[in-house]
Amino acid sequence: MIEWFTWLQLAIAVPGGVLCVVLGLFGRKPTDLTMGATALVELLLIVQLAAAIAAPLAGNTATGSLLEFYTYLISAILLPVAAGFWALVERSRWSTVILGVTSLSVAVMLYRMNQIWNVQGS
Amino acid sequence: MTQSDSETPAPSSRVSGIGRLLIAVYGVLALAATGRSFVQIVRAFDEAPLAYTLSALAAVVYIVATVALVKRSALWYRIAWITISFELLGVLVVGTLSLVDPALFQHATVWSVYGSGYLFIPLVLPLLGMWWLRRHPVTLAEARA
Repeated sequence: MIEWFTWLQLAIAVPGGVLCVVLGLFGRKPTDLTMGATALVELLLIVQLAAAIAAPLAGNTATGSLLEFYTYLISAILLPVAAGFWALVERSRWSTVILGVTSLSVAVMLYRMNQIWNVQGS
Repeated sequence: MTQSDSETPAPSSRVSGIGRLLIAVYGVLALAATGRSFVQIVRAFDEAPLAYTLSALAAVVYIVATVALVKRSALWYRIAWITISFELLGVLVVGTLSLVDPALFQHATVWSVYGSGYLFIPLVLPLLGMWWLRRHPVTLAEARA
């Protein structure tokens, strides 16, 4: 896990999530903008997965539990996909809110993943 | 709230409107609780069998509650009430015990300290769920489905 990349992810997931929640509460149905923000969050998660697999080879190993780290990462990868399908099936404003809630959940999980990889010394 | 939306069918159903958000949040919490208990049990079940069994139980209950909120029948409506009541009871009892007697729950569960590790969502969500179920009782047509 590369720390600056994680902060980049947070810098996209948090404002993107807030944007989706706000637009959804104002009654917007899922648009290219809100779907795109969610897709970007997903894309960066997949890059993070590749980075997490490759990083130990370059000497960047996790300080905490890898099992816990990957449980978070795989769960996080599933969330935007589920929300995206939901938004495609049901085009209501609540789908937009749900897109936002999942991006914010991913942000929380990324924060925890960063703690596991970089902060925890166990 | 009652903004008429031609694409939204059956506005009285429990799965419409803000109820969807409730279901989504339940789904996320179910995933979080399942992930955590999976890690705890795989890594060191022997360390705290009570806390970890509770974690797994909580995870299963969250999954059942999520399904029960989606399904619309008299039976699932009752299951929704049971699981959500169980969650509220669990978060109150375990939350209180974890403060009164920390030794009993040295290892975190989703309900420790009233779910503070999950932004108190486990405490708030059952209340929202109960409010939702009260406002949207299962209708006769749905009960037959």
